[in-house]
Amino acid sequence: MIELKQEPQKLTAYLSGEIDHHHAKELRDAIDFAVREQYPPTVILDFRGVTFMDSSGIGLIMGRSRLMEEYGGTLEIHNPSQQIRKVLRISGADRLAVIRSHVQPQMPPLPEIPQPEPESAEKEETEHEYAQ
Amino acid sequence: MNTLNELKCSFPARSENESFARTMVCAFAAQLDPTVEELADLRTAVSEAVTNSIVHAYRGREAGMIVVTVRLLPDRVIYIRIADKGCGIADIAQAMTPLYSSAPAEERAGLGFTVMQSFTDSLTVSSKPDHGTTVTMRKRLQHEPAGN
Repeated sequence: MIELKQEPQKLTAYLSGEIDHHHAKELRDAIDFAVREQYPPTVILDFRGVTFMDSSGIGLIMGRSRLMEEYGGTLEIHNPSQQIRKVLRISGADRLAVIRSHVQPQMPPLPEIPQPEPESAEKEETEHEYAQ
Repeated sequence: MNTLNELKCSFPARSENESFARTMVCAFAAQLDPTVEELADLRTAVSEAVTNSIVHAYRGREAGMIVVTVRLLPDRVIYIRIADKGCGIADIAQAMTPLYSSAPAEERAGLGFTVMQSFTDSLTVSSKPDHGTTVTMRKRLQHEPAGN
C-alpha cells in the first residue's frame, strides 16, 4: 500500500505492507505518476510501515533512482527495518540513495518536521549497521 | 538423510502466492523457535526462489505448478527445495551473476540468487532447459533456545 504526500520541493511515498514482486508494480506506477506530475528535487520512500521486502523492492529503488537521475533529483530512503537494511546492504542499493533511519520515529505519516542539514555528514552516520 | 519432519506443498505459479509460500515455510520453521533474524532470512530467501519461478519459469506459457518441500534435518538444519517444471535455465552461471536479469524491463534487480546465497548457508541450482529448475537451500539455525 502507498500514501503519497506532495509538497513544493519534495514527494514522500509512505509505503506499507509487504513489498514483493506481486505488489511492486502498483507502487512503481503510483510513485512514477506522482513524480512526473511535479518532478520534485527530492523523492522520499518511507519504509516505516513495510513489514517485508525482497529484491523486488531493490528493483523498485533502482528504477526510481534511474528516473531521478534523468532530471537530477535525489532519492532518499527513510526508516528501513533491520530486514530491509540487510537486503539493501547486500544489493548495494545503499549507494543509490541517501538512507536515513529514525526519521520522525513512531509518528503517523503526517506533518513534516524540517530536516536538519548538512546532508553529507549525516549520510555516513545514519547508514550504520547497528544504528539502534 | 535423516528427516525429522517434512512439509510438501504445491501451488500455481501466480504472483499472489508469493506471500503465502514464504509465510508457509516460516510457519513450518517456527517449530525450531528461530530468532527473528533467522526467520526474516528464510522468508526472504524463499520469496526470491518462488518469485524466480513465477517470473521466469512459465513465461509465455500457461502457469504451471511450483512444488515447495521443507524438511527439518538433524542439528537444526532447515532444508528448502523449490521446484518448477518450466522453461529451465540454459546458463546457470550467468543467471546467478549479481545484477544480471533476463527481464530488466520489468525492473527485476537481478539479485534473487545473490539474496538466496547471502541469507542461507548453501544454495544449489539444478536446471534443464524445457524441464524445469530446482533450487535447494539449507540453513542451520543457531543455538537451542533457552529453556529447552
